[in-house]
Amino acid sequence: MGGTSVKLHEYQSKQIFAHYGIPIPEGKVASTAEEARQIASELGKRVVVKSQVLVGGRGKAGGVKVANNPDEAEQVAQKILGMNIKGLTVRKVLVDEAADIQQEIYLGVVINRAARRVTMMASAAGGMEIEEVARTAPEKIIKVLIDPFLGLCDYQARQIAFALGLKGDQIRDFGVIASGLYKAFGDCDASLAEINPLVITGEGKLLAVDGKIVTDDNASFRHPDLAAVRDVDEETSSEAEARKFGLSYIQLDGQIGCMVNGAGLAMTTMDIVKLFGGSPANFLDIGGGASADKVAAALRIILADPNVKAVLFNIFGGITRCDEVAKGIVAALEQVPTQAPMVIRLVGTNEEEGRAILAGATLRVQTASTLVEAAQKAVAAAKGEEYVPPSPPPPVVYKPRQHSVVRPAAKKTARPAAKKSVKKAAKPIKKATKKPVKKAR
Amino acid sequence: MSILVDKNTRLIVQGITGREGEFHTRQMLEYGTKVVGGVRPGRGGEWAVDGKVPVFDTVKEAVETTGANAWVGYVPARAAPDAILEAADAGVPFLVCITEGIPVLDMIRVRAYLDQKDTRLLGPNCPGLITPGECKVGIIPGHITMPGNIGIVSRSGTLTYEVVYALTMRGMGQSTCVGIGGDPINGTSFIDVLELFEEDPLTDQVVMIGEIGGNDEEKAAEFISAQMSKPVVSFIAGRTAPPGKRMGHAGAIIEGGAGTAEGKIAALESVGVRVASHPEEIPQLIAEAAR
Repeated sequence: MGGTSVKLHEYQSKQIFAHYGIPIPEGKVASTAEEARQIASELGKRVVVKSQVLVGGRGKAGGVKVANNPDEAEQVAQKILGMNIKGLTVRKVLVDEAADIQQEIYLGVVINRAARRVTMMASAAGGMEIEEVARTAPEKIIKVLIDPFLGLCDYQARQIAFALGLKGDQIRDFGVIASGLYKAFGDCDASLAEINPLVITGEGKLLAVDGKIVTDDNASFRHPDLAAVRDVDEETSSEAEARKFGLSYIQLDGQIGCMVNGAGLAMTTMDIVKLFGGSPANFLDIGGGASADKVAAALRIILADPNVKAVLFNIFGGITRCDEVAKGIVAALEQVPTQAPMVIRLVGTNEEEGRAILAGATLRVQTASTLVEAAQKAVAAAKGEEYVPPSPPPPVVYKPRQHSVVRPAAKKTARPAAKKSVKKAAKPIKKATKKPVKKAR
Repeated sequence: MSILVDKNTRLIVQGITGREGEFHTRQMLEYGTKVVGGVRPGRGGEWAVDGKVPVFDTVKEAVETTGANAWVGYVPARAAPDAILEAADAGVPFLVCITEGIPVLDMIRVRAYLDQKDTRLLGPNCPGLITPGECKVGIIPGHITMPGNIGIVSRSGTLTYEVVYALTMRGMGQSTCVGIGGDPINGTSFIDVLELFEEDPLTDQVVMIGEIGGNDEEKAAEFISAQMSKPVVSFIAGRTAPPGKRMGHAGAIIEGGAGTAEGKIAALESVGVRVASHPEEIPQLIAEAAR
């Protein structure tokens, strides 16, 4: 959670596809209704005016409309520009020659985590209902795993083409499109590259009528050009601010602001707040080794959210030092004084120094030593209630089995080379030496 | 015991002259890890960490001179894939990569290459592993651990420390704590570690810490049901995480609805794994499992 990737607009994705030999409709981007009219007039044909926003379901939201002449194109663009689609404002439209659509195919390339391979997927039932197909008739979706060293083989593209029912020249044309899509995927360091729909026109030609590329943010260091076209309009100002400081931040709609070091621990903190009846206002991971400046920036971002009624800090210091975090909290509160109650849990490296700094700054904060205590205090504070410590749980009685003192050397560090087959043959079930408990507590 | 690392582990550190590398090598040495060498191209012949550790230009040289059998890399993301390949080709059987931010396509290639060799990679984007009292490889703070018989395997960093700390505070020691890391394509999965814990004579119970995304926990549940006799206690982070912004149709299709916390918890509970509702419940569940 918290990682960002660069999502490219349809028009950007299609430009990239065209570069790789994938046929796309003629068209241009317009930011005003007048420009849309111009483009329609230049094209001299029926056009489709398509909102360019980074969400799905544009068509269903009325953001994609056909226009029969330049006047209509202008009217339609007028309506679509400025429209709000799922929280995003349409600032651009793509004016494309309208295609004569006979059939819609789905074609996509994606990282298949379970198989640890790039996978190409295709379906003869493309278009808006592809996910329905995936749910109800998964056998209609063709999946091909691509070898990372061989790339997409020509025979694999043919395999897909035949499975899609393509004929004659379409087989060869599809091969060009499939291999172009795979190359584009690799060259952009994409996590997803999709053509939906890949259309068969009335003339039996293939045409990429829509396109989408999402890139791997980890690879942005080697794609400065893509970073430059990132659409920053579509980020909230807080998310943009967070990115600047190297913080992972996602705004939610609850009342308890959370600042945590580590994504897993941050999610856990949100979970435990909810468990005890509160609502998290955000996910925020300050990462490892955070400096006082970073902490201050993080706190400012959290406090900028008007819904926040209390702030919970949960810092487990490994590399991160509790005294640095404490300094940051003090500095931030000097810049952004707030009445919101704070609950601070600092555990780990330099926790004593950290607590001393907080105590010394005469802040009205509550401290906590366990996760549960911190969450319960934060929930009470957000509700404006007194924290009532629960009765202590019974001590845990743990009886470890006695083992002989001699520890045999760690064996088996190397992993034997992987077996060729993807599916392992079923192993005989081992006899349990302890009876496994069937029902969870 | 332990799995993977112990007092016989001989470790070389790639990136030993960098800020992270130096700091953590110091910590590892203090803990008692046998750091026998470091690698930094161009700085071969020097001595790092107050003259304690010899530096080599290449992993091959380091291994030939020191007999190292483990490697840990503190190198930037753009250099890490190459560093992993170098270490594998030098014949080091066990590699730990701490680095965060390696591009996914690089990891697909690296993992596919390692699968053809007898090399095990832990990580990337992981805190490493520690066998308390014997050997620490990576960045897990030693002082929160204690030797014992509970095996820990986790995708997280600081969340792992929370769990370990909660156990240590109650005198419940650990055999080995393994961080497999948070990247979608990595070297070692839950099943790989569970298999080792099941075979380890001194591990009696296992704690498995997971989170949303992917299907590693679901696959682990199948493995636990078919292959494990030792009790497993789990915690899955992200129950309240909002569903991710849609990554096009392909993302939804390929995951097929898997990857949610609820799905993982259901899969685990259905095979008899006790799943905690928060990390501080884990010690109680382990104690029950130990009876």
